[in-house]
Amino acid sequence: MKEWKGFNDGIWTTNIDVENFILENYTEYKDNSDFLVGTTKKTEKVWNKCLNLLKEELKRHVLDIDTVNMSGINSFKPGYIDKENEVIFGLQTDAPLKRMVNPYGGIRMVYKELEAYNYKLDPTVDKYFNEFRKTHNDGVFDAYTKDIRAMRHYGLLTGLPDAYGRGRIIGDFRRVALYGIDKLEEVKKHEWDEVFVGDMTDDLIRLREEISMQYKALEEMKKMALSYGFDISKPASNSFEAVEWTYLGYLASVKESNGAAMSLGRVDAFFDIYFERDLKNNLITETEIQELIDQFVIKLRLVRHLRTPDYDELFSGDPTWVTCSIGGLTKKGKSLVTKTSYRILHTLENLDTSPEPNMTVLWSVKLPKPFKEYCAKVSILTDAVQYENDDLMRPIFDSDYAIACCVSAMRVGKDMQFFGARCNLAKALLYSLNGGYDEIKHEKVLDGIDFNKDKVLNYETVKKNYFKVLKIVARTYSNAMNIIHYMHDKYAYEAGLMSLINTDVHRYMAYGIAGLSVVVDSLSAIKYANVFPIRDKDGIITDFKIEGNFPKYGNDCDAVDNIAKEITSFFFNELKKHKCYKDAEPTMSVLTITSNVVYGEKTGATPDGRKSGVPFAPGANPMHGRDELGAIASLNSVAKLDYKECCKDGISNTFSIIPASLGESDTEKVENLVTLLDGYFSKGGHHLNVNVLDRKTLIDAMENPEKYPLLTIRVSGYSVRFNRLTRKQQEEVIKRTFHTRL
Amino acid sequence: MKSSIASIESFGTVDGPGIRTVVFFNECKLRCIYCHNPEMWNKGKNNMTDIELVESILKNRLYFGKSGGVTFSGGEPLLQKEFLVSVCKKLKKENIHIALDTCGVGTNYDEEILKYVDLVLLDIKHTNSDGYLKITRTNNFNKQEEFINKLNKLNKKVWIRQVIVPNITDSIEYIKSLKEYLKKIKNIEKIDFLPYHKLGEEKYIKLNIPYACKNISEMDKDKCNELYEKFKNL
Repeated sequence: MKEWKGFNDGIWTTNIDVENFILENYTEYKDNSDFLVGTTKKTEKVWNKCLNLLKEELKRHVLDIDTVNMSGINSFKPGYIDKENEVIFGLQTDAPLKRMVNPYGGIRMVYKELEAYNYKLDPTVDKYFNEFRKTHNDGVFDAYTKDIRAMRHYGLLTGLPDAYGRGRIIGDFRRVALYGIDKLEEVKKHEWDEVFVGDMTDDLIRLREEISMQYKALEEMKKMALSYGFDISKPASNSFEAVEWTYLGYLASVKESNGAAMSLGRVDAFFDIYFERDLKNNLITETEIQELIDQFVIKLRLVRHLRTPDYDELFSGDPTWVTCSIGGLTKKGKSLVTKTSYRILHTLENLDTSPEPNMTVLWSVKLPKPFKEYCAKVSILTDAVQYENDDLMRPIFDSDYAIACCVSAMRVGKDMQFFGARCNLAKALLYSLNGGYDEIKHEKVLDGIDFNKDKVLNYETVKKNYFKVLKIVARTYSNAMNIIHYMHDKYAYEAGLMSLINTDVHRYMAYGIAGLSVVVDSLSAIKYANVFPIRDKDGIITDFKIEGNFPKYGNDCDAVDNIAKEITSFFFNELKKHKCYKDAEPTMSVLTITSNVVYGEKTGATPDGRKSGVPFAPGANPMHGRDELGAIASLNSVAKLDYKECCKDGISNTFSIIPASLGESDTEKVENLVTLLDGYFSKGGHHLNVNVLDRKTLIDAMENPEKYPLLTIRVSGYSVRFNRLTRKQQEEVIKRTFHTRL
Repeated sequence: MKSSIASIESFGTVDGPGIRTVVFFNECKLRCIYCHNPEMWNKGKNNMTDIELVESILKNRLYFGKSGGVTFSGGEPLLQKEFLVSVCKKLKKENIHIALDTCGVGTNYDEEILKYVDLVLLDIKHTNSDGYLKITRTNNFNKQEEFINKLNKLNKKVWIRQVIVPNITDSIEYIKSLKEYLKKIKNIEKIDFLPYHKLGEEKYIKLNIPYACKNISEMDKDKCNELYEKFKNL
């Protein structure tokens, strides 16, 4: 094929196999960042236009909404920011930051969204989705059981994707560039005609319908691309086309679906192969390459979905989790860092810091030193980078995996996951003490649970009852997941995304937990100190009095850290007992994003001394201020959680440090951050968000938001503009342990 | 063997090179007016064995990288004698870099400890005995001198730390005398001027100890840097 001229052959030439293409063709880069260049005039013009629009959006929260054309791969006319100066093309709708309505998830959600911003749905669409078309949300509620509805209502299970897109599916968008749509269609058609035929069972019928929908989605992609003047039926033949084609593949997915996390995957080494080929033939300059990357990243920064105020309270700051995985090693241990890994991170310097795309470095102790140092430098400068342990994930996911959302690893084009939101483990503990009653609403949620009537809580009794509750919760949680994903497939199937993934995709059922550190410290208090429950007249505990000391999670103390291991392992084993929809493999994450604030708000006082309504720590973090032995002891506690056997969907940890504590000079700061990351990941830690900033700065930013329009911080698993957090969330971030020293 | 340890900081980046575990021992003979760890003046209850301490340091060794390690601080670690030697021996077997943050007022046992120490962070209180008395409220100036002789004898690498206190150690005359004084020390790698700060004051209130520096203002960081530049060019 002429588009492949100059590339080394491999399995990829006959099979769809981007991983093999990369391994056969990429150029490892071990040197420093000196080659990087700034922005071009064109990029500056485009970005300045965007900055004005973003300012306007911040004021009004939502810039505009298309209430007539509904979400879809080819539902909108082409849109531009500044056509003359753009070098990468394509917007979700016909104008930048104009949001689409996605009614397939649930029509009631759409009403709420539009009402919040004083818009009204087009009457014809309204009629269709009320009278003729059933939605995902309708389907789910047709099947939900009484238990599921109760646990959902009282906030034991929250954030369930039962009214909006599930997301966390990464299409292999690079396939569009490497193979062109025609080839991808040919493969799907072959499978439909020749492979997936036989006795028509439920499974086979469903699969055939899905393949057919995928094929049609590919057709739509071609049409959408043509509306911008690009023929993507054939492979990309140069650097520009490689980026543009890949972007159009991604764009199709965010036109079609409004998933919570719509991640990009991994493009650094892939793009780099095209750039290197063109550089070799003098067809492109470094400035032109950086311009492509800068403008590609600008496009990713403009992705939006329409959300309700409720949703914003959970996941603040309009996150889209366009997670972009960078770096890592090959399975054989060779670095996958290319010049383009640098170029992508460099956008944070060229275009200011930004929450999106969610820059995720796949860190290995074996990454080239100059690259590690560059990452640390950008991190310290922008607070917009997260790190995940390649040495831990690579043995499981091979050379070509990427992170979806915050911490969920999957092989690109080979795996997907059914996003499962999370379960509030701290609330479950209170249910086990309060006879299955909700401690705040005083209503019965779980049957068959005895009231704890002890004067001083006894560890063994509490644990026994807690495990009983967790068993019940696990069963109901699993049922909820199966229903949600069955209905999601039925009413809001992401055909475009799935068309860029192998038909025999491996699926994960990704459960999640919140409130881990609260539960662990609570059980430690009960075990090592004396905890006296204070009950109201109904026998429901309203507070706890603690006498004596107890070891706290976050101090590298096995006596309590082992409780964390035991709880995660027990709950996951319970979840694993239940069969999953489409034979998905169960996994679990310890991740809250910003929802730790809302979870805390809805959870009564806990035996660790946390008062009612006080926010949880985010993700797997120790509770605020309880990690007394400094940063490393805190990291060591989190690193003990078992990734491979138990929390394979990710263990999120957010680390905040004031600049002076990281080291004296800038060089020392960089060196120490690199050593810290090497240390944490050698200890088996999975994920680390790094914030290097002063608490004072944050307090000032809370009081004077206009002074800090771009201040970006990392919260559990993603970056967010500080001024887009709610006041409560801002206060919680400020309260977090900052590692300082006199 | 047990000793009295006030606290451990697992992520120290300012007490020696790289990332360090900093162990703070209780007990000190000096009563420096600006001390920010007054809770460590007296010997408390023995709360940790040498084996436990070594274990908790080794837990962090993966973060030490090429330059980090452990720093013994306090209080005055030199007063821990046998305990510290036992801990150092065990750490040296594991090839851990050891720094000692000290004012040099220890015991006859110092050289035995110094054998295992890779770097000494030496806190210079003052360059003459009157000044020394005024700051430390004790008569140990000779001990500081003797300790410097021991460092020279063993050819130890030294980082000098000088707290700059307004009206006491922030004058040109003083830094001139310091420049002269430091000529006695053979192997100085680095000299730090630490501006006096008031962050320790709250501890005094909590401990109900009068704060001798109450009427002394914090040292301006820029002025401190200026002074350091002058010192370098002397």
